[in-house]
Amino acid sequence: MTWDVALILGIDGLANGAVYLLAGLGLVLIFSVTRVVFVPFGDIAAFAALTLAAFETGRVPPTIAMVGALAVVAVAVEVTSLSRRGEFARIPKAVLQWGALPAVPCLLAWLAARPGVPAAVQVAVSVLLVVPLAPLLARIVFQPIADASVLVLLIVSLALHFLLSGLGLLFFGPEGSRTQPLATGTLMLGEGFPVSGQIILMVASAIVLSGLFFLVFERTVVGKALRATAVNRVGARLVGIRPARTALLAYGCASLLAGLIGVLIAPVTTMYYDSGFIIGLKAFVAAIIGGLVSYPMTALGALAVGVVESFASFWSGALKDVIVFSLLIPVLMLRSFMSAHAEEDEEEVDQ
Amino acid sequence: MKTLIRCAVAVAVSAVFVASTLAADLKVGLSVSLSGPNSSIGIPYSKGMQAALAYKGEVGGRKIQLIVLDDGSDPTAAGRNARKLVEEEKVDVLMGTSGAPSAVAIAQVGREAKTPMIGLTPLSFSAADNPWVVTVAQPTQLMVDAVIERMKRNGVKTVGYIGFSDVWGDLVYDAMMKAAPAAGIKVVSNERYARADASVTGQVLKIVALRPDAVMTGGAGTPGALPFLALAERGYKGGVYGQHGLINPDFVRVAGASAQGSLMPTGPVIVAEQLPADYPTKKIALDFRSAYQKVNNAPTSDAFSAYAFDGWLVFLDAAARALPKAEAGTPEFRVALRDAIFTSKDVVGTHGVYTFKPGNLYGVDERARVIVKLDNGQWKLAP
Repeated sequence: MTWDVALILGIDGLANGAVYLLAGLGLVLIFSVTRVVFVPFGDIAAFAALTLAAFETGRVPPTIAMVGALAVVAVAVEVTSLSRRGEFARIPKAVLQWGALPAVPCLLAWLAARPGVPAAVQVAVSVLLVVPLAPLLARIVFQPIADASVLVLLIVSLALHFLLSGLGLLFFGPEGSRTQPLATGTLMLGEGFPVSGQIILMVASAIVLSGLFFLVFERTVVGKALRATAVNRVGARLVGIRPARTALLAYGCASLLAGLIGVLIAPVTTMYYDSGFIIGLKAFVAAIIGGLVSYPMTALGALAVGVVESFASFWSGALKDVIVFSLLIPVLMLRSFMSAHAEEDEEEVDQ
Repeated sequence: MKTLIRCAVAVAVSAVFVASTLAADLKVGLSVSLSGPNSSIGIPYSKGMQAALAYKGEVGGRKIQLIVLDDGSDPTAAGRNARKLVEEEKVDVLMGTSGAPSAVAIAQVGREAKTPMIGLTPLSFSAADNPWVVTVAQPTQLMVDAVIERMKRNGVKTVGYIGFSDVWGDLVYDAMMKAAPAAGIKVVSNERYARADASVTGQVLKIVALRPDAVMTGGAGTPGALPFLALAERGYKGGVYGQHGLINPDFVRVAGASAQGSLMPTGPVIVAEQLPADYPTKKIALDFRSAYQKVNNAPTSDAFSAYAFDGWLVFLDAAARALPKAEAGTPEFRVALRDAIFTSKDVVGTHGVYTFKPGNLYGVDERARVIVKLDNGQWKLAP
C-alpha cells in the first residue's frame, strides 16, 4: 500500500462514514427516546433513493401508494382507539393529523412526477415523501406496545424490517437503480487526488446536520423535551412532556435523516429494495460504539466503521463485512468492563 | 326423429373426433419463476414460450398443449410443479427454469418419472447421472473462451479479475483460469465482492495498482455494474471485459457511460439484425423477434425469451422424429423422445445450432456466441 492508495481509501471511508454517521444519529435518537432499535431505518433510506430514481425515469414513485396505504391504516387505528374510549370529539383532528398530513407529501410527489420538474425539487420531494413513513409505522406498530420490554420492541422492529423489504420488492421490483449525482465537478486535493463533489457533499451534509442536531438539543424547548424523555420518561411526564408526542417527533426526525441519506448515497451506490438493511446494520455498529446513547461517540464510531470498511475492502474484499462486524466484539467487551451494569428498568408508562 | 338421430350421430362422431385429438395432443410442462426474485428471468422465459407456441403450435399434425406453472423462485416449489406436471398432466417433456437449484429439482423428478427435460439455464451437474436432461444454454466455458480469444487478439498480456464472491464469480474465474494460460495471458488478481456491496473502490484500487492490460469482470445483472463504475471513476484506461451475465437492460441502465466500449460474449440473437446475412441463426432469430412482437405486443431485447424459444424448437424437432415410433402421452413415447433429443443434429435455434449427444448436457458450438460491444447504451456486434 502506498500513501496515495491510503488517501483514496481514507476519503472513500470518510464518505461512507458520513452516511453511517447520519444513520447512527437517527438510530440513537429513536432508541434513547423510545427504547426501540429501529431496524427499518435503512429501508426508509432505500425507499427515498428508489423514489428519486423513479422520478428520474419519469415514473410516479410507488412510495405514494405505500405512504397512502399506511396513512389509511393509521387513521383506522386512531379512530378505533378514540371511539373505544368514547372521545368522539377528537376524531376529526385525528383524521386530519393521520390522514391529511401524510397526504400532503403524496400530493407534492404526484405533482413532481410530471415532466419538466427541476431535479432539485424532485430531490426535496423524495425526502419529504418518506418523512411520514416512520411516524406512521410507529403509530400503527409501536405506540400500542410502547411499554413492552426492549427485547420485544427489537423483535417487532426486526419483523417490521422484513415486512418493509417485502413491500419494497413488491413496489420497486428486484432491480437496482442509481441516480444522477447531486453535485458535479471534482476538487483536486494536492496533486492527482480528485475528490468528487458528491463525496464532499456527503461529508458536508453530515457535518452540518450533526451541528444542527447539537443546536436543536442544546438550545430549543423541543430538543430539551426529547432529551428529557430520553433521560427519564416518568420525570418527563411529570413536568408535562407527553412521551407519545416526543416519540413521534423522534421518528419524524429519524425519517427525515433516512430520507437525506437515501438521496445522498443513491448517486454513488446502486440501491436495491433491500440495500438499506446493511447500511442500518453498519450504523448500528456505530451506535453500539456510542452505547446507543452518546451522539459524539456514535459519530466517531461511524467514521471508524467507514474507514475500517474501506481499508478492509482493499485487503480482503470477500471478508470486508466480517471485519467490520468483528469490530463489535472488542467494543462490547470494553463497554461491559467500563460501564456499571444496571438492570433494565421496567417502567410503567402509558401514552 | 330422423333429425334427432342425425344430431346424435353428429355429436357422437365429433366427440370421438375431439377425444381422439385430445388423446394425441402433445403436452409440454413448463415451470418458471413468474414471481419472486428470479421473476426478471422467469417472466421472459414464459413470454418467449408463448411466442414459440404461436410460432408453431403443432408437430406432425398433432396439436401441442403448453402448461405453465409458477415456482415463485423456490426450488422446492419447482420440484413440486414438476411432479404435478408429470403425475397429473402426464406431460411428454419438462422445461425450466431460472436458477440452477430449481433446475436440479426438476431434473430429479424427470429422471425418476423417466420424462425428458429441456433446461433453459446453464446447468452444473454431471451429465452421466442425468441421462434425461439437456440444456439449450451455452456453457460458461464456451463464453469465457470467446472473451479470452478476443483479449489475445487485442494484444492483452495481463488481466485483472473482479467478480462476485459466490458461485457465479467462481464459475467465471475457473473458466478464465482454464483458457488464459493457453492464450499466453496472465491473470494477476482475483478480487471478489458481494452482490449487495455498496462500493468496490478498495478492490479496484488494488487492481489498478497492478496495472493489468485489461480487466475481466465476473458479475451479473445490476450488481455487475459496480466494477465498471469504480474502474471508470479511477480513470482506468485498459479494456474492460464482461460475460453473458451482464447482457441485461438493467445493467446498461445502471452502468451508463462507465461501460462504454466494454466487450462481452452473448448468444447471437441479441444482435440478430446486425448479423451477416449468411449467419446460420439469423433467419430464425428474426422470425422469433416477429413472433414475440405479435404475441406479447412488445419488442424483445433479452436473451432469456430466446432460450425458451430454442427449447421449443429442440422439442419440435425431436417430437417429429419420435412420433412415428410411439403414441404421445405414453412412457414409450417419452423414451423415444429422449432418444430423439439425444440424436438431434444441427437444429437451428436463435442462440445457436444444437447437436446433442448422450453424456453431454450442452449442445452448442462456436456458432452460439458472438462478441458484442456496448456503444452508447446499445449492443453492437464486434466481429
